Amino acid sequence: MHLKQDNKLKLLWLQGVTCNGNTHSFLNLKNLEQFLDKFEILYLPAFKTKHTLQDIVKCDLDCDVLIFEGSYDPLMLRCSVELKDILTPYIEKAKYIVAVGSCASFGGIFKASAPQRNSGLLFDGESITENFIDYKDKIINLSGCPIHPEWLSYVLNMVLKDIKIEVDELHRPLELYSTLAHHGCTRNEYFEWKVDAKSFGKKEGCLFYVQGCRAPMTHSSCNKILWNEESSKTRIGTPCFGCTESDFPRQNLFSTKTNMSIPQDVPVGVPKRSYLTMAGIAKTFHIKRLEGKLIDYKTDS
Amino acid sequence: MAKISKEERKNNIISASLKLFSERGFYITTIPDIANKVGMSVGNFYNYFTSKDILAKELLLYIADYLGQNIRAINESDASTEEKIYEIVSMYFNIAQERPEMIEYFLRVYLSNREVFKDGCEGMVCVSSFVTEMMIFFDDGVSSGDLHSQDFFSAFGLFMGYLGGMVFLFGEKILPEPLENYKSSISLNIYNALKTR
Repeated sequence: MHLKQDNKLKLLWLQGVTCNGNTHSFLNLKNLEQFLDKFEILYLPAFKTKHTLQDIVKCDLDCDVLIFEGSYDPLMLRCSVELKDILTPYIEKAKYIVAVGSCASFGGIFKASAPQRNSGLLFDGESITENFIDYKDKIINLSGCPIHPEWLSYVLNMVLKDIKIEVDELHRPLELYSTLAHHGCTRNEYFEWKVDAKSFGKKEGCLFYVQGCRAPMTHSSCNKILWNEESSKTRIGTPCFGCTESDFPRQNLFSTKTNMSIPQDVPVGVPKRSYLTMAGIAKTFHIKRLEGKLIDYKTDS
Repeated sequence: MAKISKEERKNNIISASLKLFSERGFYITTIPDIANKVGMSVGNFYNYFTSKDILAKELLLYIADYLGQNIRAINESDASTEEKIYEIVSMYFNIAQERPEMIEYFLRVYLSNREVFKDGCEGMVCVSSFVTEMMIFFDDGVSSGDLHSQDFFSAFGLFMGYLGGMVFLFGEKILPEPLENYKSSISLNIYNALKTR
């Protein structure tokens, strides 16, 4: 890759405890090479870059944009240097810090397996930590398992233009996380009329009632900025796992927790009493078009 | 003499018609009967309800809202699940004694004349304020660990079917004891049937 070095923001991508999922997802960004050419890339896993990790851990390079992937384990060794000692100087230097993925944002799956060691860069679940709290105003969380490549591209484009990114209480950009995964789901009509999906992978039915779909409770733009520019989990018949939320990963991802057939969780901001009233009335009616396969339905049947 | 407001007149019609429907039956009771009991002309009655079927649906909404509001107050109290069961049973039996026409209407008119309610009052449409509060009660009971999770209608049927049956026996004057005397034992039976095992 050809990387021009003149007057570009210096970008450094560091990793903690990670599966590399966000790096791999970012590789799917359309026109990735042209996009990266807008920065001076100091180090980026999976790419041949100007510096090696051995160079980076000396911590004597300048850095404008720090991207951190993976859970934060301060004592983890990278090239024999503890992660906290690598991150601290770069966090001090960087103007912008982006925690990519749910592990870097909240701790994610590695926190679930070793909560005594792993957390997010700034948050531990939904709680803000003392880690780097002095720099909290410049830390942006891009939660997701993994992140959508366009989400990171959005943040970096804002950084390039030096436009302030408004964030929610969990430091996620509002532009990307004020919507719910439910918004834009092609199954919304089934949700409205309370028609269950009969199984996974079908075009028809809503996955909220039985199959564990968290889309109405999950802040993300998965059904607005589509994956591979064409689809999403719910569109192909798999429930949303709520991977952008601070409590991810939850247990029993493929089943809806109910109390006496009543969903334990209801859509964000909707009082349970209101939801149950609407749901009960909607369920009273049987809409024939929604009860069978869409391709079999005849208008005059 | 103070003028009776339109709202009061409407409430008078609701009270009178509830009594007539539950005592005589839905089809035997006529609009002139109701108008006569309220002390208004038949023509004036139609200013309030345009048909007997519409009145029947309004009565159902009225009863469901009444029960719903009472159960909501219980749901929002600090009582334990076991205490809430007692409160709901107690509330229901009190209504059966003090305003028997409300329960009678539900059991003898609504459940026995489905054809009257099939358009506009089907399913949950007219009883949702009551059923929703029972859903909230069960949801809270399971969330707190007091009740075991099961199909909603299995639990709902056990609870309300039991109460309806007892009120029916009370109405038929079959019960050897006053209804009041059954509150504790029935509440305990319901709790034992629904509690976490």
